[in-house]
Amino acid sequence: MSSNEFILKAEGLHKSYRMGATEVKVLKGVNLSVKKGEFVAIIGASGSGKSTLLHILGALDKPSSGVVTFEKRDLSRFRASQLNRFRNKMVGFVFQFYHLLDELSVLENVFLPAMTSKSIIGWFACRKQAKNRAKELLALLGLAERIKHKPYQLSGGERQRVAIGRALMNEPKLLLADEPTGNLDSATGNGILDVLETLNRAGQTIIMVTHDERIAKRAGRTVTLVDGKIEHKDSNNS
Amino acid sequence: MYKIILATRYLLKRRITYFAVLAVALSVFIVIVVMTVMAGLVNEFKEKNHRFAGDCVVGTESLVGFAYYEDFVKLLEQQDFVEAVSPAIKSFALKRRRGSDQDDLAEVLGIDPVKHSQATGFGDSLFYNRDDVSKTFEIVNDANLAGCVLGDYILLQDTYSRNYSKTNIPRIAYSISCFPLTARGALAQAGTDMVNTKTFYFSDQSSTGLPRVDGLVIYLPFEDAQLLCGMAGSTKRASRLHIRFKPDVKIQAGCEKVQSLWQKFRQDKSDEAQAYTMDTVTVQSWKQYRRASIAPLENEQTEMSVMFGFVGITTVFIVLVVFYMIISHKSKDIGILKSIGVANIDIIELFSLYAFLVGIIGSGIGLLAGWGFLLKINPIEDWLYKHFGFQLWDRTMYAIGDIPNQVEFGMLATIVISAIVASLVGALIPTLQAARQKPVETLQVGQL
Repeated sequence: MSSNEFILKAEGLHKSYRMGATEVKVLKGVNLSVKKGEFVAIIGASGSGKSTLLHILGALDKPSSGVVTFEKRDLSRFRASQLNRFRNKMVGFVFQFYHLLDELSVLENVFLPAMTSKSIIGWFACRKQAKNRAKELLALLGLAERIKHKPYQLSGGERQRVAIGRALMNEPKLLLADEPTGNLDSATGNGILDVLETLNRAGQTIIMVTHDERIAKRAGRTVTLVDGKIEHKDSNNS
Repeated sequence: MYKIILATRYLLKRRITYFAVLAVALSVFIVIVVMTVMAGLVNEFKEKNHRFAGDCVVGTESLVGFAYYEDFVKLLEQQDFVEAVSPAIKSFALKRRRGSDQDDLAEVLGIDPVKHSQATGFGDSLFYNRDDVSKTFEIVNDANLAGCVLGDYILLQDTYSRNYSKTNIPRIAYSISCFPLTARGALAQAGTDMVNTKTFYFSDQSSTGLPRVDGLVIYLPFEDAQLLCGMAGSTKRASRLHIRFKPDVKIQAGCEKVQSLWQKFRQDKSDEAQAYTMDTVTVQSWKQYRRASIAPLENEQTEMSVMFGFVGITTVFIVLVVFYMIISHKSKDIGILKSIGVANIDIIELFSLYAFLVGIIGSGIGLLAGWGFLLKINPIEDWLYKHFGFQLWDRTMYAIGDIPNQVEFGMLATIVISAIVASLVGALIPTLQAARQKPVETLQVGQL
């Protein structure tokens, strides 16, 4: 696939929730295409549906209607096992609240996606390789000295970098970041954005959700979500 | 692999898990101790009944007895599967201790002590003549006196002492009065002296460990009992035959052979004058013969098993509540795991493994604690009795020496496996709920 080809396409996405007797329409026909190697920021006000969109793009949620294609394959046609494999191998999630497992060390949190996809025997066969990859990632993220720490022993920025390490562990084709700096102070947030920029420069496709325009400008392209629809004034930030 | 790591970490890091482990351990501990002691009591009681009755009993509950028993004894003694046969007279009598003005009801058992010791465990139940049972009914220094063996509870009631000195047997006389019956069941000697009375002297005491037997039965020499009960006429009668089989003969198989021998014997004797006395005779294994005594204890054991089954159900609910709490605290983890591609079945396996660990560790602790307690249960009871006068089992109610503490490995395995299954069942509903959780809900996305 050439870099001009779309890695991800969303067409006519609708999503609605039922809250009591009321049906809340969150997405009202979203169309979005992302090319390989792009860094796209989805910006929108609180409640505009951007996190919902991100979760649908990453197969954590299903649209009420519409199609998401990843490398020309319709996600709605995936069986449960294929969706699990998709979440494990093809996408990496970075959440606003880091979402690390408290019982695992930093290193274990990072190599967890590699471990979950293997049987016990398979894991014993490749564990050295996986641990080395996790250590390399943590070194790149400046956490080489923290591998044995537990998440609660780290600062917010460090935890988010561990979450990025985990997201990158299986070398996903797409990195999905949901307000990755939303819980961090400005300086730490900038550090995280630097990491994302570096990854993007190395060829990583990234879709980031944020409500902050200044943060969105760090992405290569910004799309704005207003009232469940994409505004047709995509901006190229470069 | 991550399931093992996570399940182990959840177990070690979540203090609430300790309550689930403790609940399982306590349940296993209680069930092991109670079931072991109860099973021990039941087995011991059965064994005592077995020793009392021999392997098989041919007899009738009729006080008339049955005729031609001597011929059947001879026939049995010719069989290669029979070790020993002991005919016995059973009837009821009034006993009066000399010096007392009170008559008490007693059950008379007329036996030949040598034959009866060969066919049953009678010899081992004696206090003075265990080593030479032929002297059981002999009175020291007076060969003309007839001896009798008292159940040790009778002796306790009459003299407030259970064991006398082995060298100085007390001279206690008893008048035993029986009502002799004809073969037809009428009172023999009707119109004259309806009661046969004879004085017997205490010559030994028997302790079978069966409270009813030891509190009611007086053993008399066979011929004396036969005479007293009116069974010693020209056609002699006996109440029953106690049979011991050769060691390699299974009891059921032996009883079946005796049954077929008896049927043939009865047919052969059908033309005899007192053949009708054989109508009520049955052939029973010792278990069938003593079922009236054994059944209540077996029922008690079943009731205890059911009660402790409820303990198991309680454990299931404790584990369910604890797991419900744990899993509701871990919903974020479930969302995280699903976001990195973990399948629902893997979530079920993860929490089932967690429950399995709770079950196996809890039951392991309960097993060791229960086993340790059982090993020391008798010293503990001795200590309690010595310091506080407290006995777990009142020995005046339970005819036991030591508290049974022989652990049955089959039962241990059953209890441990049941505890693990209970933990898995308890965790099942919360685990299934966990697996059904949607990652977007559990990751608590604030923004839409």
